[in-house]
Amino acid sequence: MKTTPLRIKKYVKQSLQNDLMRAAVRKATAIAVEKRQKLVDEIPYWEILRKKNHSYKREVIENLDRYLLRFESECKKNNFQVHWAIDSEEARRIVLKIAKENNVKKVVKSKSLTTEEIHLNSALIEEGIETIETDLGEYIVQLEGRTPSHLTMPALHLSRQDIGRLFSEKLGVDYTDDPSGLLSIARKRLRGHFLTADMGITGVNFGIAETGALCIIENEANAHLTVYLPRIHVAIMGIEKVIPSTKSLPYFLKVLPVSATGQKCSTYVNIIGGPTQNKFKEGPGQVHVILLDNGRSKILKDPELRESLFCIRCGACLNICPVYQQIGGHAYGWVYMGPIGCVLIPQYLGLSEGKYAPFLSSLCYACYKNCPVQIEIPNHLLKLRNRIVKAKKSMLLERIFIALWAYLIRHPKLYRFATWFPGRVQLLIPKGRSFPVPGYIKERSIGRFDSKGFRKRYYDLLKESR
Amino acid sequence: MVKIFKHLNIDVEYVENQTCCGQPAFNSGYWEEIIPAAERFIEIFKDKEFVVAPSGSCVAMIRVFYDQLPINDRARKNLENLKNRIFEFTEFLVDVYGVESLGGRFAHRVTYHDSCHLNRELGVKSQPRKLLHGIEDLEFVEMENSEACCGFGGTFSYKFKDLSIEMVKRKCEYIESTGAEYCIGADSSCLMNIEGYLRKHGMKAKTMHIAELLAKSLNL
Repeated sequence: MKTTPLRIKKYVKQSLQNDLMRAAVRKATAIAVEKRQKLVDEIPYWEILRKKNHSYKREVIENLDRYLLRFESECKKNNFQVHWAIDSEEARRIVLKIAKENNVKKVVKSKSLTTEEIHLNSALIEEGIETIETDLGEYIVQLEGRTPSHLTMPALHLSRQDIGRLFSEKLGVDYTDDPSGLLSIARKRLRGHFLTADMGITGVNFGIAETGALCIIENEANAHLTVYLPRIHVAIMGIEKVIPSTKSLPYFLKVLPVSATGQKCSTYVNIIGGPTQNKFKEGPGQVHVILLDNGRSKILKDPELRESLFCIRCGACLNICPVYQQIGGHAYGWVYMGPIGCVLIPQYLGLSEGKYAPFLSSLCYACYKNCPVQIEIPNHLLKLRNRIVKAKKSMLLERIFIALWAYLIRHPKLYRFATWFPGRVQLLIPKGRSFPVPGYIKERSIGRFDSKGFRKRYYDLLKESR
Repeated sequence: MVKIFKHLNIDVEYVENQTCCGQPAFNSGYWEEIIPAAERFIEIFKDKEFVVAPSGSCVAMIRVFYDQLPINDRARKNLENLKNRIFEFTEFLVDVYGVESLGGRFAHRVTYHDSCHLNRELGVKSQPRKLLHGIEDLEFVEMENSEACCGFGGTFSYKFKDLSIEMVKRKCEYIESTGAEYCIGADSSCLMNIEGYLRKHGMKAKTMHIAELLAKSLNL
């Protein structure tokens, strides 16, 4: 089946024309970078933490079968209902089945990009189930009718004036762009939804294999209310989110908030160990965990690229990326964006559809330096570029050029001629003008080539010194 | 660079039949195509005591990325040795040769751009600054986000032209804010990219490679 490539080039072009969005993204990422760096500077053992988290993730990913089975078994002991979903369709079916069997009319959700990945919201809404996002950023983006543009700050592409206008238009309230005013509007609305929802759907930050528990971290308490208030809790977890033990959890909790939002720790750390027990009147009577594959096991089979499964979705790579800072998250065209998005897109969507993603990078390595689990993102981008070339998916003209150039660099005399020749051709170009290189010279001038060349200068210098 | 080595009485040789390490093709995903070139590179520099390049990205290619190529065993063995003998220019002067001040003079305000491979792959950040501080009457100003990528990225500057231009635009804005007359760097690709934007937009600063600056400061 022929797939059309994700129209990244078009989206990038569109994003570059959106000055308001770019200003909002520039401001938000600059603040996030500054806050993170301040905290990192205060932690002398930060590099050791990165190494430790990397090794925990390596241990789990390289033995994922064992850890997942242990996780399932421990969860079942805690009265979780555990489901396995091979792809988005199966995951949606399972959620809808649970909803139907329990007469669910309304769902509240805490922030979960995994649920975006499987297009869950539209499936629920199609069945007539009212679905409300309760994370403030996700709530805003839901009102806007778009997808999140960042891993941890979904509405980063909007200014507070944009949000004020949105609330006024969609919620029928008076316009305000005062942050605490906006917050109080959202809070009032969401409280009502929490109290009347039948089911709460969340993602999972860390699934603890040793004890069969789910860890969800947050700053707004919306996840807490999503889990606690409705009578059913459904947690959707990518299979790579497992961590070995309770002992390993603090290491991740130490790096994730610092990397994501420049906080010492998240405001709330929820550890869910199963449905409510009889003596307590609070909490859901049923808790379901849906283990989602959707292409992860395929990446797992790939020894060169399986490191991309280590990602804990902190967004630090997005914040520091000079490309993301210019274009924002929607330009990537998929649920996961930024540097890690460029690595995941071709792996999840295929080399054909994702063939532009690995090239949306200048390979500056800032992402790798900031990743709390030390994923070598640029190396993965290079490997993916190589695979795209080997699969003959790069431009024909480019392949010809490279073949020609690779020939030249093996033949020094020809190479010297090829580098001398433009200097001669340049004599035909009037002084003050340079070689026309289409596109590149749009905003950049190219100077004149050195007409002498290094070799001649070198030999002249030798002669002088004799 | 050659002038400076001669000034320091370092025995310098130019290996005439060198061509290119193959990085532009490698970065675009063409690995198999450059294997013969890589093997050749390793061979022609095999018996040289030190190999110095005025470019962080070229040296990073040899020290960090050549490992990824399926080169023959002989070349692989020689590569391990070459990795210990190849240096970027400022790294060589400060870390190997052990000099921080060459005794030159350059009475201008300058700022410095940290190129990505040099800074993040090779960890060379303090060495160029030490050399700059060793120049008499030179007024050094750190620019905001000196480590931010200039947007060149090889073929990236062509594949995503408009994006690359926005990135270099931001870099040039940082340069202009310092009021510097010169933006110094250690990689010609970055400098060419930055210079291109500065000139097209009639901005004050000019770029200069640090080797060129050091030579000028010594009136070489």
